[in-house]
Amino acid sequence: MILAETGVSVFSSLFSNFWVVLLLKTIAVMGFFLVVPLGVGYVEHKGLAHMQARLGPMEAGRFHGWAQLVADGVKFIQKEDVVPAAADRNVFSLAPAVAMIPYIAILVVLPISDSWFAENLDVGIFFVLAMSSVSVIGVMMAGWSSANKFSLIGALRAAAQLIAYELPLVIAAAAVVMQAGTLSMIGIVEAQQDLWFIIPQLPGFLIFMIAAFAELQRPPFDMPIADSEIIFGAYTEYTGLKFAFFLLAEYGGIVAFSGIAAVLYLGGYQPLPGIPIPGPLMMMGKIGALAFFFIWLRATYPRLREDQLQRFSWLGLIPLSLALIMGVAVAKVAF
Amino acid sequence: MPDYYSSYGVVLAVVAAGAILVAVAFTAAKLIAPHRPLPAKLTTYECGIDPVGEGWSQSQIRYYVFGFLFVIFDVEAVFLFPWARVFESLGWAAVVEMGIFIAILATGLLYAWRKGVVRWA
Repeated sequence: MILAETGVSVFSSLFSNFWVVLLLKTIAVMGFFLVVPLGVGYVEHKGLAHMQARLGPMEAGRFHGWAQLVADGVKFIQKEDVVPAAADRNVFSLAPAVAMIPYIAILVVLPISDSWFAENLDVGIFFVLAMSSVSVIGVMMAGWSSANKFSLIGALRAAAQLIAYELPLVIAAAAVVMQAGTLSMIGIVEAQQDLWFIIPQLPGFLIFMIAAFAELQRPPFDMPIADSEIIFGAYTEYTGLKFAFFLLAEYGGIVAFSGIAAVLYLGGYQPLPGIPIPGPLMMMGKIGALAFFFIWLRATYPRLREDQLQRFSWLGLIPLSLALIMGVAVAKVAF
Repeated sequence: MPDYYSSYGVVLAVVAAGAILVAVAFTAAKLIAPHRPLPAKLTTYECGIDPVGEGWSQSQIRYYVFGFLFVIFDVEAVFLFPWARVFESLGWAAVVEMGIFIAILATGLLYAWRKGVVRWA
């Protein structure tokens, strides 16, 4: 079964000039990137403050500390930008951009509804997985150029972690492609009209989410920035706006991976049967729920040890995901 | 075919817009933020004491074996996607072939495990 690639982007249906459409799509993607990850950052402030009974983020602006995010932004932009004398200056400055930009590119193919999307690439999910692994090059650049021992260890840990968890992530996504019969993000969502893939692919969903946590270096997989061992890993020497861009990359990554998981497993913009909620609201709700889950686990689980992390992926998740694709293949051809 | 290339126009435009965003933000920060470098401020951070040796020091890296394993499996993952897209129309033959392919790779992983590659302590 090969599904028709449905839907015309709202930008293309309103305007016919190629350049106008291109400009509007770019503005929409950039706007999404500058608003939604900050929202996730805000929820992390407040959510963790409540979960861990922290009073700090509840002060700024009187009511419930609503101005904390604004205060952080002002602080980051007016802080002195210190580049260590020993550091490789150009690579050091370029690293935050390399870490952040791939996550913006992922948002290009993320559909909010069957007409609200920037581009429906034929290779959708493959493009997303390729982009998601570029970001770690920025972390490697940061760690190496800092000329700091902690940074170097942190960067190597980050790279090793990406290597180990990239495979279960990609193979779990391949199992969804097998069931949907298409690589297009919208095609995958359309294939879930009757049944969200989380039900037939529950093991795949769990593998995907665990691997996504590891890719984003979120707790319990935050050894690359383990503060009690290696200060702040690859970001130890960063200050001010450059540091803020790494944070933005992390929140952008949470939004991107929540979006991908929603598309692959939770039916994307498909509403629950019998409940007429508009598609864009449904999709944003799913992204929000998964992003909250990313934050929630930070307050719940302790950090794994570095070698436990590697064992867990190579001996646990990878054989499991290989078994998963064979299972899906047999089920799909037999029935 | 022009359609195919123009669909990547947005990707290019967004990457360019991201680069512009970073450039503008860094320029703004340069204008706003103070800049008073001191020799002590510019030293590498190492727990508050003067750094010993240089930052690019040698250390034991156990990750290279994982690097080798990864290259093999990642190539497999690239082969997997075209197959995943079309295997249904090819039927059992494609499933069995992919089963053999995965079994060979799994044997490699089994060998690495028995050699104790994934155990550090």
